[in-house]
Amino acid sequence: MIDLEPLWLSLRLSFVTTAILLVISIPLASWLAYSRFRLKVVVEAIISLPLVLPPSVLGFYLLLAFSPSRGLGKFLEQTLDLRLVFSFPGLVIGSLIYSLPFMVNPILSGLKGLPPSLKEASSTLGKSGFTTLVKVLLPNIRPSLLTGIVLSFAHTIGEFGVVMMIGGNLPGRTRVASLAIYDEVQAMHYRTANRYALLLFAFSFLLLLSVYLINHRFSKANPLP
Amino acid sequence: MNSTPIKFRALKMLQTSDGRLPLDLSFELEKGRLLTIYGRSGAGKTTILRILAGLTDPEEGFIEVESETWLDTRTSVNLPARRRSVGFVFQDFALFPHLTVRENLVFALQKGEDQRLVEDLIELMELGQLQKSRPAQLSGGQQQRVALARAIVRKPGLLLLDEPLSALDDEMRFKLQDCILKAHRHYHLTTILVSHHLPEIFRLSDEVLCLENGKVQRQGKPSEIFLEQNISGKFKVTGEIVEIIPADIVFIVSVLSANTIVKVIATAEEVKGLRTGQKVMVASKAFNPVILPIIY
Repeated sequence: MIDLEPLWLSLRLSFVTTAILLVISIPLASWLAYSRFRLKVVVEAIISLPLVLPPSVLGFYLLLAFSPSRGLGKFLEQTLDLRLVFSFPGLVIGSLIYSLPFMVNPILSGLKGLPPSLKEASSTLGKSGFTTLVKVLLPNIRPSLLTGIVLSFAHTIGEFGVVMMIGGNLPGRTRVASLAIYDEVQAMHYRTANRYALLLFAFSFLLLLSVYLINHRFSKANPLP
Repeated sequence: MNSTPIKFRALKMLQTSDGRLPLDLSFELEKGRLLTIYGRSGAGKTTILRILAGLTDPEEGFIEVESETWLDTRTSVNLPARRRSVGFVFQDFALFPHLTVRENLVFALQKGEDQRLVEDLIELMELGQLQKSRPAQLSGGQQQRVALARAIVRKPGLLLLDEPLSALDDEMRFKLQDCILKAHRHYHLTTILVSHHLPEIFRLSDEVLCLENGKVQRQGKPSEIFLEQNISGKFKVTGEIVEIIPADIVFIVSVLSANTIVKVIATAEEVKGLRTGQKVMVASKAFNPVILPIIY
């Protein structure tokens, strides 16, 4: 029987990360879609950086930033008694940064794909920007929201480089499933590694399959004008 | 009843296929009137509606509706769209796809407002059978009726219609012109319509504003704008010349009106100023026309 702790830790990390990302990404994507701020392209580039950056690079800089002997890490430890390096909250922050584009980009392209007249119609009917976002725009980009949620969740589950660098692979605290597979392979326990890997494989496949099925049904039921 | 006219003045640079064109115009409109903005594609007709609704900002401008200033660039007043009392019917209708017909109308109500207006509009626009349908299940004409009803829910000070009938066939167009007139009169609305369909303009408008090269060329009654001289005829048909052919010493001019072709005999002198594609009015002063009902 395999140790289920790394799997639960991975699921917990993914759930927390995805929930926080959803709350952050909706206003962020909405701002990127509709703001006339000229430098927003710079913000877009920064958000998408984790897509091209090697996870170890991001992990390395986060490790430096969270280090209790310098800058931010020192400040957090001295003022808030919070140590992010080699801890679960540290993993969550690393995952948030690393998976941000996987949530923001689908929501952003969903909003940009809506006819501008939907938002304008809501304004001319006297509705505020918030009401328009919640009652008109978001319900019509449900497939994009679902895609963002699932991609962020699956991406966090599969995270390796960042969690390795800032988590330290501590059993029960930061040793997530992807690290457990690596450890088992290193120890030549291929059978256990295979069980972890198969479970992750099956879970990821079922998740993506259900997203495509739901999106297909939604698009058929609510075609845009 | 407030009789202060709607005042509009704006300067806006337009990007057209021929380069930049300044839209620089002003007009006034009495409350309760139906004005049609007429002009070529790209003349800035839709932009005027968008500036009125607060969806596009002009470089300079002033808008006053029912004694309330909506826009004054000199004093930096610019009410956002949601605070202007407008109803806007978009070219693509902009119905919310995830809501039913009834829910689209209810959405337009303000907090705590009575739903009876929605019931009245559903009845007036004959939407009773469709109220539980989603927009995707409706025909173009039905969607137009829903969009019109939704725009009126707020009882707007100004109803703006951006070529709402352009995608419809002639029969449907005629029925929906009725809907617009019915709503305009029933709710005592002040309405601005963008159209370049002459029969529609003659049927609906109290006034026409003719737009050319970004400026108001003329404003007045349709007959004053489109006819060189006023004819108090017994019978008038507007349409487009589709053919001018010589027949002995006269010419036969075929005019397409709605989906019917009217043939008119004209002298060589009369056809001099006419060409195929031109919008014209055919009028008869001396003879009584025959009227027969048409059963669809």
